[in-house]
Amino acid sequence: MTKVKITVGAINKDAGSSRRYKTGGWRTMKPEVDLEKCVSCFKCFDYCPDGAIKKTDEGIEYDLDYCKGCGICAKECPVEAIVMVKEEK
Amino acid sequence: MADQRSMTIKGNMATAMGAKLCRPKVVPAYPITPSTLFPEKMSEFIADGELDAEMINVESEHSAMSACIGASATGVRTCTASASQGVALMHEMLFVASGMRLPIVMAVGNRALSAPINIWCDHQDTISSRDSGWLQFYAETNQEGLDLMINAFRIGEDNDVLLPAMVGIDAFVLTHTIEGVEVPAQEDVDDFLPPYEPPHGRLDPDEPSTFGSFGTPEYYQEFKQAQVEAMEGSREVIDRVFDEFEERFGRRYNKVTTYKCDDADIIILTMGSMTGTAREAVNRMREEGKKVGLAKLTVFRPFPYPELEEIMSGAKGLAVVDRNISPGGFGAVYSDLAGASINIEKKPLIKNFVTGLGGREIFVKNFVEIYEKTLAAVEAGEVKKPLEWINMNQEVMR
Ligand code: SF4
Ligand code: SF4
Repeated sequence: MTKVKITVGAINKDAGSSRRYKTGGWRTMKPEVDLEKCVSCFKCFDYCPDGAIKKTDEGIEYDLDYCKGCGICAKECPVEAIVMVKEEK
Repeated sequence: MADQRSMTIKGNMATAMGAKLCRPKVVPAYPITPSTLFPEKMSEFIADGELDAEMINVESEHSAMSACIGASATGVRTCTASASQGVALMHEMLFVASGMRLPIVMAVGNRALSAPINIWCDHQDTISSRDSGWLQFYAETNQEGLDLMINAFRIGEDNDVLLPAMVGIDAFVLTHTIEGVEVPAQEDVDDFLPPYEPPHGRLDPDEPSTFGSFGTPEYYQEFKQAQVEAMEGSREVIDRVFDEFEERFGRRYNKVTTYKCDDADIIILTMGSMTGTAREAVNRMREEGKKVGLAKLTVFRPFPYPELEEIMSGAKGLAVVDRNISPGGFGAVYSDLAGASINIEKKPLIKNFVTGLGGREIFVKNFVEIYEKTLAAVEAGEVKKPLEWINMNQEVMR
């Protein structure tokens, strides 16, 4: 990561810079959805603490740049459409 | 010299009037004995139209300091008051305020910490926050309480400092005691203290920014060092502001003020209201020909070791009187002074006396005893007991 200069009071005037930090890199497990089973209830969307799930016409889609693999979506899905699989790096 | 109005007021009223003269825009506060009169007065000033500010009634001291942080980050002058458990409950947020470099000013009615519950004078509350990165001032009188509030804003808001500050006035001995105070005129304080313009940033929805953002191991240490440099830089600013204050208002403040120290063999070092009693003790002992002097610490953070080093250089014995105690260690002033003087070649024998805890009275005779015990160490050429307790009620000990 490129080093930046520290500021007085740790003030960061580069608003929204957190979007550039891909927090998905910490993940060891990742979710996979079976859209055949998905009934578009969007519980996973509501529960995902990282906003890593998008609603689509077919059901849902993951933004794996920000999913940290917590597995909450898989736990909450009422029809077990989501499984957690080992992240291959 | 500026025109001033003579009033006879309580210590809390003095710090409140000092704060009001600084025209804070936001005053979040949670009342606590012995500081309650401060938020009471501030809300009266606002209700009476004498002060144009927002008073925020919060549900705890943690919230009070959180609200101070939020308000100050928007770039407005902010102050509060607290004491004892309140300062302890704020502890977490004190570090946030200083880390974000927000020059909030807090008046503290210095009071003991529980248990056992005790509402009386003791410096443990602010002393326990000494590492929080706040400037710390201690008043001897109500006048000093008022003046130090004004100085605290001016010093803390200096662009080379940008640090929050606490002004301690002793519980009851000052907070609830009526004394004569000279109150500066508003125009003169306005002149002395220009409106607060934060140079480092302010929270503004039109130009979003993050305060106190994430500091990983590659950066954190540098942030802390920058904070230390600001504290170091404040030494010169304090001297400059105290000079200017004297020029305008005619009252002299120093980080350390000496009294009859020039030819003194033994110097007694005090902080807060006990100084008045110590001065009387020094006067009486001087009449008996004892070569004793007094040094009063007004600024505890930054710790004024260069000044103390100079004061100590001629003395044979130094008695540090602490109104606080670190169990298993020493009083804070003694610890800091001992640490700062360890590499100085010419230094007196230094003894630590702890007294005045939880409102215990400190009498002239106690300072005489402190002098005698220090003299005995000097005559013996060694300090056998570095820490001694003064004015104990032996009959209540188990
Ligand atoms: S919780 Fe399961 S069924 Fe509901 S939207 Fe998510 S994947 Fe589909
Ligand atoms: S695993 Fe956790 S972070 Fe990733 S999409 Fe599911 S709920 Fe969100």
